[in-house]
Amino acid sequence: MSNRLFGPLDPAPDAGWQDAPARKGFLTDTSICIGCKACEVACKEWNAIPEDGLSLLGSSYDNTGSLGASTWRHVAFIEQPMASTRATRPSVPVDLGMPSVGLRDAPQDPTSEQATSAQATDAQATDAQATTGKADFRWLMSSDVCKHCTHAACLDVCPTGSLFRTEFGTVVVQDDICNGCGYCVPACPFGVIERRTDDAARVDGSGLRTIVNKVKRVDKVPEKRVRDKNVGIAQKCTLCYDRLSAGNTPACAQACPTQSIQFGDVDELRERAQVRMEQLHAQGVPEARLYGADPGDGIGGAGAMFLLLDEPEVYGLPPDPVVTTKDLAAMWRKAGLAALAMLGGAAVSFLGGRS
Amino acid sequence: MSNPGEAETTYGRWPDDDRGRGRRRRDVQAAAARGLRRGREQLNELAERADRVDRGGYGFAGRQGRGRGDKGEGGERAVVPEATFTSYYGRPVVKASPWKADIPAYFFFGGVAAGSSLLGAGADLTDRPALRRVGRLGALAGISLSMGVLIHDLGRPSRFLNMQRVMKPTSPMSVGTWILSLYGPLAGLAAVSELVELSRYLPRALRGPARLLASAARPAGLAAALTAPAVASYTAVLLSDTATPTWHDAYPHLPFFFVGSAAAAAGGLAMIAAPVGEAGPGRRMGIGGVLAEFVVDQRMEAAMGLTAEPLHDGKAGLYLRIAKTLNVIGLAGAVLLGRRSRTASVISGSALLAGSACTRFGIFEAGQQSARDPKYTVVPQRERLDAREGTKG
Repeated sequence: MSNRLFGPLDPAPDAGWQDAPARKGFLTDTSICIGCKACEVACKEWNAIPEDGLSLLGSSYDNTGSLGASTWRHVAFIEQPMASTRATRPSVPVDLGMPSVGLRDAPQDPTSEQATSAQATDAQATDAQATTGKADFRWLMSSDVCKHCTHAACLDVCPTGSLFRTEFGTVVVQDDICNGCGYCVPACPFGVIERRTDDAARVDGSGLRTIVNKVKRVDKVPEKRVRDKNVGIAQKCTLCYDRLSAGNTPACAQACPTQSIQFGDVDELRERAQVRMEQLHAQGVPEARLYGADPGDGIGGAGAMFLLLDEPEVYGLPPDPVVTTKDLAAMWRKAGLAALAMLGGAAVSFLGGRS
Repeated sequence: MSNPGEAETTYGRWPDDDRGRGRRRRDVQAAAARGLRRGREQLNELAERADRVDRGGYGFAGRQGRGRGDKGEGGERAVVPEATFTSYYGRPVVKASPWKADIPAYFFFGGVAAGSSLLGAGADLTDRPALRRVGRLGALAGISLSMGVLIHDLGRPSRFLNMQRVMKPTSPMSVGTWILSLYGPLAGLAAVSELVELSRYLPRALRGPARLLASAARPAGLAAALTAPAVASYTAVLLSDTATPTWHDAYPHLPFFFVGSAAAAAGGLAMIAAPVGEAGPGRRMGIGGVLAEFVVDQRMEAAMGLTAEPLHDGKAGLYLRIAKTLNVIGLAGAVLLGRRSRTASVISGSALLAGSACTRFGIFEAGQQSARDPKYTVVPQRERLDAREGTKG
């Protein structure tokens, strides 16, 4: 099944752009992400996104949480203890002659209290564990972003035309059009777009005043509130539409120190992703896989694709996203039938005498 | 606690109260109020999730964490083995809609309006003036209230009219806005003539326009009745055309469920406000609506699988259980006593109205719950993917 709501397609010409430039997108190669969050910072800086909560979430180094109205890049951190799944790549430690206290590897057996006390000093034991492949441990880091879907549910369901397809094939909110109906929020299969709340958008430090008031238990100190101009409006990554229009690279890709985030033409990025995955497979990383790079998938392929090192759901990504509007024709048919049924039912209620 | 990875990937390690307080003391000057509030909320949420982990429901961030309760004995409590799946710290994958009570209220009022228009037009054609009046006025009240809550729900209510700068068949909300723009004035016209008829004294100058209005009432009422079923059924598409698991998976049945609920509500209103002698069609519409709801509900849940679960859990489950009880009371009252007693009519009519409102809130909440729990997003998708990969090779 392939039509304008589903299947492979070049989105910009489909949206009516004539002589559209090549579709632009991201390839986020998580195998070389170092979790520095430069992308998060660069995005906030360039797009003047308000601060949206300073808190410790208890999820490794991820204190950002998830993508949202005021978070357009989100670095996920997964500290993943591995059992002996790396049979193909025995992790033999290379002695670099560096000073070490042997704290890196913890024992795998949780019941072994002795091991816990012994491991700190027994470097030999640690080495033994490493060579047998029993104790292994890895970091997964991935910078998540709006996927700029070929078939973007947020754009499909937007009733005002605020969300639109740019000439670069990306999906952007026009903040002067959006009326904050919020429909795009549940429509997105990735949970990317969100309506900005007043709470997240105080930009003048009055949040600090609020907490001082609370601690002192006084309500007298007036709170000066500067509302961000986009409160109540749906917000998400624009793939730096302004920078693209000027021929620049999006802020996050520009800031990425390892080129984990690569920006370019989607067609070329797809090829590059394929090559990189094969390279990793050849190097003994069989878990490397592509996400969002298949134009035949449920969203017609993503403009922002990923090279992941585990199943998508481990990173908080849906394993098999499908654009909801794929079923829209069937939905309208059912609604039409239901409407007819109601009309018929009403007619029937008037049969059968005056009582 | 076996290793550092475990420490970070499992929640509930620190009692959230202590942690919150300690942090407040230390960081009072540095942390902005919203950060703290959000943090506290999140910690509570995390604690809740940790409880779920203890019940054996979740695996966090990596297969090794799958469904393992930290305290060991927790897993045995569950009677039915819960689906194991992987998620990122138990966080939702899709976002729940930002909609509040406005939206289910909008569905309810819209349903009352749609059913009432049908009753009003039918009563007009079959010479039941009291029922006609109830139908037309009910329709105007319903549609006005529904428009009110719909606009109130917007992040920028002043920009409501931006809805009308485009016409998009891919957006059920756009289609709905245009349906309402067609239906609303028609229903309004029919209702205003009733109001004019009700007012005893009219200044001489207004008598001409009043006569004109009266002559327009019937065609307007009939046209409203023809568009009314769309008002009642499109709202199901509005919910289903989302990535919210429970709403989307209900799409083949939800429109029928919603028109049933609309019929029950409008029937209930007619039973309350029209005299017993004329309320017959309203009674039959209410009975038919409730019966349709019961039948469709069975089929819908059977077809949905895992994502039907939120319909029975938490707030959604409570709403829907109350709705069912009210519907049964209303049904029994309408069938057994509706013909004989006005009092019984009013009571069972109220039950049907309230039942319909609870139904809408229940369906709405069920979707919200299904979006907040990554299980309902990940498990069906993972099963679909595994099945597809299985057939490939």
